[in-house]
Amino acid sequence: MANTLFDKVWDTHVVRKVKEGPDVLFIDRHFIHEVTSPVAFLGLESRGNSVVYPEKTFATADHNTPTINQHLPVEDPLSANQLNALEENAKKYGISHWGLGDKNNGIVHVVGPENGITLPGATIVCGDSHTSTHGAFGAIAFGIGTSEVEMVLSTQCIMQPKPKSLRINVNGILGVGVTPKDVALYIISKLSTSGATGYFVEYAGDVFKEMSMEGRMTVCNLSIEMGARGGMIAPDEKTYHYIKGRSLAPKGEAWDKAMNYWQTLYTEDNAEFDAEFTFEASDIEPMITYGTNPGMGIGVTKSIPNSDDADSGAKSYKKSLAYMNFDEGDAMLGKEIDFVFLGSCTNGRIEDFRAFCSIVEGRKKAENVTAWLVPGSHKVVDQIKEEGLDKIIDAAGFVLREPGCSACLAMNDDKIPSGKLSVSTSNRNFEGRQGPGSRTLLASPLVAAASAVEGVVTDPRTILAASL
Amino acid sequence: MAYDKFDVLTSTAYPLPIENVDTDQIIPARFLKATERVGFGDNFFRDWRYHQDGSPKADFPLNKEIYAGSKILVGGKNFGSGSSREHAAWSVYDFGLRCVISSFFADIFRNNCLNVGVLPVQVSENFANTLFDAIMADPNTEIKVDLPKQTVTLVTTGESESFEINTYKKDNMLNGFDDIDYLKNIEEEISAFAKTRPF
Repeated sequence: MANTLFDKVWDTHVVRKVKEGPDVLFIDRHFIHEVTSPVAFLGLESRGNSVVYPEKTFATADHNTPTINQHLPVEDPLSANQLNALEENAKKYGISHWGLGDKNNGIVHVVGPENGITLPGATIVCGDSHTSTHGAFGAIAFGIGTSEVEMVLSTQCIMQPKPKSLRINVNGILGVGVTPKDVALYIISKLSTSGATGYFVEYAGDVFKEMSMEGRMTVCNLSIEMGARGGMIAPDEKTYHYIKGRSLAPKGEAWDKAMNYWQTLYTEDNAEFDAEFTFEASDIEPMITYGTNPGMGIGVTKSIPNSDDADSGAKSYKKSLAYMNFDEGDAMLGKEIDFVFLGSCTNGRIEDFRAFCSIVEGRKKAENVTAWLVPGSHKVVDQIKEEGLDKIIDAAGFVLREPGCSACLAMNDDKIPSGKLSVSTSNRNFEGRQGPGSRTLLASPLVAAASAVEGVVTDPRTILAASL
Repeated sequence: MAYDKFDVLTSTAYPLPIENVDTDQIIPARFLKATERVGFGDNFFRDWRYHQDGSPKADFPLNKEIYAGSKILVGGKNFGSGSSREHAAWSVYDFGLRCVISSFFADIFRNNCLNVGVLPVQVSENFANTLFDAIMADPNTEIKVDLPKQTVTLVTTGESESFEINTYKKDNMLNGFDDIDYLKNIEEEISAFAKTRPF
């Protein structure tokens, strides 16, 4: 029987199949951060277990780190306590740790790929749902709970039933101003936030073939927002080129051996999927969300649908719009905004900053807008400076902050105040996600930039056209 | 963390007929800062249970005295979407619930529940509506969740539906075992497998 990419990677990691139960899946790479790991270490200790393969686990601090004055002690005692716990646990068990201020520090799903830890054909888990990001490299990567973090620390395995397979094809060429973020938000708007639950996605077709590694990471990152455990893309020359030479990537003979394996990682022609969807690139325009889940997205030029058209129940739909203080039929363009957030594991990479700068260069931040620009890692910061993007950012009246998850989930001080409207490049627009009472519009870095300079929700294509 | 055994549970139930309830609602991120697994029940649905000044929202079902002490929550479709935070499942447990019933669960949340001793029970949309109608009409209505028989029954009318759970997880729940207990018993097999991995 012809195999899918997903089958190939999953099946080679099955230690055993439990009768009428899950598979025991071996984990190659495990990322931990300060929020979902402390209780796992406590559990480990209370059972008298140890970390069996410390070299397969990597710790970085990101979820509640401050994004200004990182050289100073962390003020919030609870956050400081979690950061200390991560550092202490890493030290105790011999796990590599990139804490606050470390040159390799940053958001876990940015630093993993950046340092060559994320590899094709690997199984990768982390106590964070956006672990799906790493699927961009042809890895099986997904988020787990804290019990499973303890499981991986103490056994290097987790127990999961094999998910069903789903292929999503997007063919054709994306229009000007349409980014990987828009592709993902478009797919989620079509499938809903539960449309891919129980499935593992493979993204295929022209659009993903042409897409950069950063773009592929953005798309795979958002797989969880359609309910999927994860999403993956077959590795190709772009993948190998991205990985080669990164600090922890295989070298020399190990590289050649790895390449031989990686080149077998593709879906065979006659392989069957449990479900399949196909979309056309030309149907996708810059997207924006209007509600309180990522499936409530529309083209930025469109109006908010009426509740009869909504596939989630009408009552929940109305509750959502009431929270947003929007009405059915409202146009999104021209809505006055208060905040712009550029960053997160979804859109905190160098390409996202390049895109943002392509719009704000030679323009000024609107006065009514507070903007938080938060790179995904110190390496992204370095690259921003190397390319001179920091000067563009500065000249346009924006300030570059230090790396971390920041206002994506507002565990640190970067909270959008109650009632304020934010255009955010992050991944979730849930009620209060960016701070109690905050209202979030998810969008691409281009839409965020255009809205930041205009002060209202803006179609970036109008600015891009003016720049030509 | 081992948990109490689950066998047959008969209890009144809180109704929460809202779709796409995400884990940021179940436990907002600002309450994830503990380094121990204590006190999450207080912040269960924090922003839906309390106004910003800390006063309770009287209308919210979880605050209604008449449902107090229920061990079951019946939630809307796609319950537990979003973040993988196990804190959400902990807060369910710490609030005093042992079972969540919905017509659809998000994947990671369902797993997390099973790992902490909360039974997620998926029923048809019709039956979920039957349950909602019954418990909202009469908050004293009891629901019986029978894990050995894999059935959920509306005690007053006897209406019943079966639910799925794989045999392995079912045995775990019945005995209070978890995956780590299982995996530690096959350590040698895992370490032999580990030697075959290229990286």
